[in-house]
Amino acid sequence: MGGAADPPTASPRRDLDDHHHLATRRRPGRRHRPAGPSAARRPRRSLLPYLLLAPAVVLELAIHVIPMLVGAWMSLLELTQFHIRDWSGAPFVGLDNYRVVFDVDSAAGAELLRSFRVTVLYTVLSVGLSWMLGTTAAVLLQRPFRGRAVLRALFLTPYALPVYTAVITWTFLFQRDTGLVNHVLVDQLGLVDEPPFWLIGDNSFVALLIVSIWRTWPFAFLCVMAGLQNIPDELYEAAAMDGAGFWRRLRSVTLPMLRPVNLVLLLVLFLWTFNDFNTPYVLFGGSAPAEADLISLHIYRSSFQTWDFGTGSAMSVVLLLFLLLVTAGYLLLTNRRRNDA
Amino acid sequence: MLTATVLAAASLTACGSGDEPGDGGTTLTYWASNQGASLEADKEILQPELDKFEQQTGIKVNVEVVPWSDLLNRLLAAATTGQGPDVVNIGNTWSASLQATGALVEFDDATLDKVGGKDRFVPAALAAAGAPDKPPAAVPLYSLAYALYYNKQSFADAGITAPPTTWEEMAEVGRKLTGDGTWGLAVEGANPSENAHHAFTFAQQYGGEWFDAAGKPTFDTPQNVAAVKRYVDLMAVDKIVNPSNAEYAQNQSVSDFANGKAAMLLWQAAGANLKSQSMAADAYGVAPVPFLANPPAGGKQVNSMVAGINIAVFKHTKNLDGALEFVKFMTSDTEQVTLNKTYGSLPAVGTVAADPAFAADEQKVLAQTLATTAAPLPQVPEESTFETLVGTAIKELFADAASGRPVTEDSVREKLTRAQQQMR
Repeated sequence: MGGAADPPTASPRRDLDDHHHLATRRRPGRRHRPAGPSAARRPRRSLLPYLLLAPAVVLELAIHVIPMLVGAWMSLLELTQFHIRDWSGAPFVGLDNYRVVFDVDSAAGAELLRSFRVTVLYTVLSVGLSWMLGTTAAVLLQRPFRGRAVLRALFLTPYALPVYTAVITWTFLFQRDTGLVNHVLVDQLGLVDEPPFWLIGDNSFVALLIVSIWRTWPFAFLCVMAGLQNIPDELYEAAAMDGAGFWRRLRSVTLPMLRPVNLVLLLVLFLWTFNDFNTPYVLFGGSAPAEADLISLHIYRSSFQTWDFGTGSAMSVVLLLFLLLVTAGYLLLTNRRRNDA
Repeated sequence: MLTATVLAAASLTACGSGDEPGDGGTTLTYWASNQGASLEADKEILQPELDKFEQQTGIKVNVEVVPWSDLLNRLLAAATTGQGPDVVNIGNTWSASLQATGALVEFDDATLDKVGGKDRFVPAALAAAGAPDKPPAAVPLYSLAYALYYNKQSFADAGITAPPTTWEEMAEVGRKLTGDGTWGLAVEGANPSENAHHAFTFAQQYGGEWFDAAGKPTFDTPQNVAAVKRYVDLMAVDKIVNPSNAEYAQNQSVSDFANGKAAMLLWQAAGANLKSQSMAADAYGVAPVPFLANPPAGGKQVNSMVAGINIAVFKHTKNLDGALEFVKFMTSDTEQVTLNKTYGSLPAVGTVAADPAFAADEQKVLAQTLATTAAPLPQVPEESTFETLVGTAIKELFADAASGRPVTEDSVREKLTRAQQQMR
């Protein structure tokens, strides 16, 4: 049986590989073209493309690049309430703020490290579980059946709700005495005797994770669903004719064909989740419990509640570099794998 | 990055929402703090007074009532960008912190004269308007103090004839009142500001200070450790506070008191809030906040901070004269009576203290406290940071107590030390 299933399942792989080879074969050609003899004869470019690009460039500079540079500059200053009105008067302290951030023996450094660990765990669990849920739902809803459209709409609801409204509702659900969660756990199911806390203490991490997954998985569902539309039915038909069952089709057709979608999806989910500010801020207010103190909220507290914008900016710069590093590493790794394939 | 973006966004929002400082003669922008039952209610209370001001001076005041959770950040953004309101309400404990930004108009004697003169204001309230060695950064608008609110019916049912005057009595009385789903006392355990205010009062009673004379933090002194432990022990040891209070941060403790789920509450001028929650004024009594039965050496007879709301003017205003005119109007005798009566607070000017509007039991207790046993929170630039860090440390201690983890002197000291280390 296994032997019989092998050849047909190999064919979609080969097909995929052909796509990759095509892609990799074309790319170098494109890259080399400007260096060729035709480059010298290229006609003078008109200004039009630059003019068309200009608004986007200006906005990009104003919204992303300049604040980033200002943030990096702030991280070199002792920017407290004494100087926020006139930054030019803030003393230049060089890398002192970074020393505080990296000194894990100091309270500020130790707290940041703890917050970083919590955030990494939160991101891995949230992204992993959201992706699994989204993929499972998308695969189960791949074939048409009665009520599929209704289910699709229903699954996307959390994604369509405004973040603040949704998370505030969760804070009500998680209240110890009056929340629905404890009502179900204690009064209806009788699973625990004493109503647990969700918004303070150890469980706050679980509460945060639940809300995060609830908010995130519909996006994974949406992307994977779109990706599934692009898988030709012939592949499944061929696999089915060769006797591949559901799991085999999933492993050898669906997942390989979804790879390009998943590569982007996981990266985007990682960045969103790691930087998530709204969920913990609305769920816990400005001061999250230590167990659920995500890094974005931690930086906010370090900057705005203690009025120490220099250190807060240094933390932001470190966070930015970390995310850049992870993203670059991820892209390099996945590109190399694709090129090797 | 986040900081820069948020500050930039805040300034953009400020521009976009028409919050430019007044146009030089005919309009002013005023950010009011939330004193009444809701933002909308505040607007309805203030609008007729602002109309009166317009009739008198021709200056139109655009008011926005800003919730407490946003006010400090909004003020900070306004200070940073020079965009925003002309006149603002500030929590009086933030005075020195905001003063340090240099964004607020200084009320030196000449400026004070323009709003009626220094002597008009209650001295204790004016002392909580900035660092002691500098001209005030604001003038007091509404004065408040903490008091003990107790449910008369619950007390009668438990056979208690008088409100407790010491913490020991409170624990004893509280135990009698706890049971059958009701609790002796309600606290706002997850609200850092409330926690910090109580930390201050308890520390005063134990002879502790949060900053030394040079303005350096002294969070983890034995007195402060004992003070914080005493407060958290109301839940951890005395067990007169519902553990659920450890997650209260949105005035749920006031609701619990109004709904009879808790028999006592420590709050600033809760009357107006209780009324909005349908609790009749004769259903509760008001008494001074308790003291220690046996205060240690150095312990002070303090049972409240000098609480209150100040009114300040931003230096970036294009209509300084109009803004000061408005401050004078808001601190005039008529407005002081009208507004403080509505909000249940006390006037910040001495001239109307005897007005019948402030003769209710609640106001008498608050006035007596302010006059005799209240002390201002440390007027140092790092005050708002102290509230955040120490308030959060106490929030964590309440969370420990609620989950059954022991709250010991060591665990309190450790949290306070960590908070202190985060002060730079």
